[in-house]
Amino acid sequence: MSDMMDDMEGGEGVVKKFMFVNRKAPHGTIYALEGLEVVLVSAAFDQDVSMVFVDDGVYELIKGMNTKGIEVKDFSKTYRALDGYDIEKLYVEQSSMDARGLTEADLIVDVTVLDSAEMASLMAEQDVVISY
Amino acid sequence: MLHIVNKSATERNSLESCLRLATKGSAVLLIEDAVYAVTKGGTAAANIQAAMADLQIYALGPDLDARGMSARVLDGVKVVDYGGFVDLVAENNVCQSWL
Amino acid sequence: MPMVEVAGKSFEVDEEGYLTNLADWNQDIAGYLAQEEKVEMTDSHWEVVNFLREYYEEYQIAPAVRVLTKAISKKLGAEKGNNKYLYELFPYGPAKQACKIAGLPKPTGCI
Repeated sequence: MSDMMDDMEGGEGVVKKFMFVNRKAPHGTIYALEGLEVVLVSAAFDQDVSMVFVDDGVYELIKGMNTKGIEVKDFSKTYRALDGYDIEKLYVEQSSMDARGLTEADLIVDVTVLDSAEMASLMAEQDVVISY
Repeated sequence: MLHIVNKSATERNSLESCLRLATKGSAVLLIEDAVYAVTKGGTAAANIQAAMADLQIYALGPDLDARGMSARVLDGVKVVDYGGFVDLVAENNVCQSWL
Repeated sequence: MPMVEVAGKSFEVDEEGYLTNLADWNQDIAGYLAQEEKVEMTDSHWEVVNFLREYYEEYQIAPAVRVLTKAISKKLGAEKGNNKYLYELFPYGPAKQACKIAGLPKPTGCI
């Protein structure tokens, strides 16, 4: 991180609610990785950040990936670093999990599971929603 | 004929169209995000199981591994490596990619 | 991409001198990269460099400085997990210099 950004920390800035919505499977396209990198950068600005996983986005959090065969970075491990970046609000949509035969036990990080109505109201209370 | 699908069945309709339009005896190879379709418990699983009556369904192993899905593959789906991918292309005189 | 030669073998680095292939890294290369950064490696330097490599192995990213200091504080104690200690070891920034010596890419979010 640049020194300039370190200096900005602790300043009396405005805190807004940012939601990053992940809707794409990992590896097949670059969206999931790019979205994660933006979240890591956003952590430096001390905003109220939440990450949401709906539709194929829930596939980003699957345990036990092995990407050696397709020669790409296994960034699923990086979701476990989010806690250290003080990004602790991770949400997944129940129906997206159900449609893919997944349960919380299949995921690499702790998440809060919301039904679609709860997800909708969480989305509605944000200041900024950025979608991938 | 070999049909190749690379898009997630829960995001796009490529697989659905492929299964509807592939003729009996054809081979269907799922790669990249399409491999999620051959995993247990998902909404695409029933379509795949029904399609296996008429079609040979293949999935690319390294793509399943990368997505943490290798242990969830439906019975009857043949998992192939890159060499198997090449063999399929060589065995079939026509390949259709469903983009 | 530029190549550098260390102990008779050549390695690829990017235009800023970061090692291109993480797997190429070894102590000789770390020594070379440290020399380029004008950092004299002591046990304390190695401790941070090795910590960074372990962090990368576990999370697949190079941490931001703020995250690094917190993580070091947790593992090695508060007397090491602070900016003063880390900047004394790596005057041009632990992110820039220690990551480079550890053979990692530039930290995500580094502008």
